[in-house]
Amino acid sequence: MMVGGIVLAYALPIIRPPLITTTGSDFGGVMLTCASFSLVAVGLNIVVGYAGLLDLGYVGFYAVGAYPTGVLTSEHWHWPFLLALPCAIAVTMVTGVILGAPTLRVRGDYLAIVTLGFGEIIRIVTLNTGWLGAAQGIADIPPPPSLGPNPIGTDQDGLFQIPHLAWSGLVPSIDNLHKTPFLVFDVLDAIPYYWLLLTVLLIVLFADFLVKESRVGRAWEATREDEDAAELMGVPTFRYKLLAFALGAAIGGLAGSMLAAGQAGYINPLSFLILLSMLFLAAVIIGGAGNRWGAVFGGFLVAYLPERFRGLSDWRLLIFGVTLMVVVYFRPQGLLPPRRTRRAIQAREEIEQLEGEAVDV
Amino acid sequence: MDFSFLFNNFIELTITGLALGAIYGLVALGYTMVYGVLQLINFAHSEVFMFGTFAVAWVMVFIHGTGQVDQSLWTSIGLLGICLVAAMGTSALIALLLERVAYRPLIKKGAPKLIILISAIGASFSLAEFMGLRDKVAAWFGLEDNLSDYVNQARNTYSSPITVDPHGLFTVVNYRVTDVDLFVIGAAVLMMAGLDTFVRRTRLGRGIRSVAQDPESAALMGVNSTAVIRATFLIGGLMAGVAATLYMIRIGTTRQDAGFLLGVKAFTAAVLGGIGNLRGALLGGLVLGVAQNWGSAVFGSQWQDVVAFVLLVVILLVRPTGILGESLGKARA
Repeated sequence: MMVGGIVLAYALPIIRPPLITTTGSDFGGVMLTCASFSLVAVGLNIVVGYAGLLDLGYVGFYAVGAYPTGVLTSEHWHWPFLLALPCAIAVTMVTGVILGAPTLRVRGDYLAIVTLGFGEIIRIVTLNTGWLGAAQGIADIPPPPSLGPNPIGTDQDGLFQIPHLAWSGLVPSIDNLHKTPFLVFDVLDAIPYYWLLLTVLLIVLFADFLVKESRVGRAWEATREDEDAAELMGVPTFRYKLLAFALGAAIGGLAGSMLAAGQAGYINPLSFLILLSMLFLAAVIIGGAGNRWGAVFGGFLVAYLPERFRGLSDWRLLIFGVTLMVVVYFRPQGLLPPRRTRRAIQAREEIEQLEGEAVDV
Repeated sequence: MDFSFLFNNFIELTITGLALGAIYGLVALGYTMVYGVLQLINFAHSEVFMFGTFAVAWVMVFIHGTGQVDQSLWTSIGLLGICLVAAMGTSALIALLLERVAYRPLIKKGAPKLIILISAIGASFSLAEFMGLRDKVAAWFGLEDNLSDYVNQARNTYSSPITVDPHGLFTVVNYRVTDVDLFVIGAAVLMMAGLDTFVRRTRLGRGIRSVAQDPESAALMGVNSTAVIRATFLIGGLMAGVAATLYMIRIGTTRQDAGFLLGVKAFTAAVLGGIGNLRGALLGGLVLGVAQNWGSAVFGSQWQDVVAFVLLVVILLVRPTGILGESLGKARA
């Protein structure tokens, strides 16, 4: 089933199923944004869901990943993307440690405001530093290298081309006018970027699985549930919290770097508004904090719903706000809560039932 | 870096910083009290403030019309009084609505704090967007022509028709302290002193302190915690209304997103002073306002937010519970 789901996820922008396909904007581009949000949500899920640290400035790491990529590949040097990417991730990780080392010692609730401040500071720094392009941002960031003959510039063929499907009602037909060249990255088609990002997402999910199921994951869980108890059991909680912060930051930086070298090849301070942080957090919580598939799904929803309902143009943010309230009211544990949370809820219900019977007698 | 500017204008920067900080402090009360009682970040409080600023501007337009005039503080004081009542009423109403819709249902369910935060973020989005779409809402009811003075260009800056002209009163070194500066600082300090007395001396104040200290014991002692929580939101709303009026006197313009950045600053002020601590909120606000002004004099005004946040981090490192510590529950609150 999982393999089927993954194949479907890859094929979705080619199949363009009716109802799901967005009409107002390029469906491939929307799917790219969704994958990007999902990746960020998986990263934030490590910080918020696994380690239980409230981070309101995650967009800062997104920016810290994007800007080095822009500077190294376009603004000041001309490194290839594949060399700039690890540098960007390293820079974000170091930033995460620098931010986390002093602030993770203060009380949990204060972390929220400190991280919020961090996100704002990063944006202001990018806005006011000429070396980082200031308000104009950084343009012409080269995309990842294409595969196959005749890459960018000439007639983008790629290794082979994949036609899209067209639908009349519920009857599909092959649309030979719209084809996606396989793994050619240029501004015309978002789908190759989507495939790349989806692949990265799957790799990150696998790594996330390995880390979560290891000693580290158990240490995070113990720290989240009761920090003092964990410390008494010999878990160096501060070190594990810092690790969660650094890993979360690295994934945020990875997503930011992919954004910089994305379809538009352009970033500016407006790409990193603090509002995005709230959306990222909403994605994790709505999906179900602590469950990686929940984070993926939440990221998808938060990016997809406003695009799908573009017809309601002006109202979509208002509707989004109300939807957030309604969803958390009816599903306080998120749409896909982790198994542990489900068990806890079930246990509580059972206890309540038993207590209720006792009162009746 | 230009220190000479800071030293030459030291008094001016300090006094205008105090005036700005006084407004932060008043808004910070809404964060600090709710945090003290519920241990929740009242994220939507910025929108409570924002609705207050619009109430001020609308009442001015309603009474005075849209003609732009410059007036001194004392000729407009009567009108400002009416605006103050309107702003306090509007903000309190929004705060109560928030408590009823975004908080109470989830608190009753015993939802985790993070979930309530998301609900508050949703409410904040909705309220800000609602204000930004007020022309469309009016159009639903076919009122966009009748209300055009109020709903025109809903996403742009909305200015109050009366610009309050500051008058210099006396000179300190080389800055003439204006009546507006003193009025804003004085009003904020007065409100704080009143609230402080209220929380320390009255029955309801004792209830608030007891719930902040230990909600379960308070409930066992017969304190109605739902009423206390409602009162906390009400007080936060009233103070945000005062802050909104002072803000409109000093700044004079507002927008549907005016609350967000000010709210972040006010929350910073609350944490700076020690969250849950009423006097800390005012102190934190004043420190933040002054530091921000000094910082922008030295580094340039585009860096003022960075100065504010760096100050916060530094103070939290030295004093992890804020300048005055956290203490809504304690008797000295």
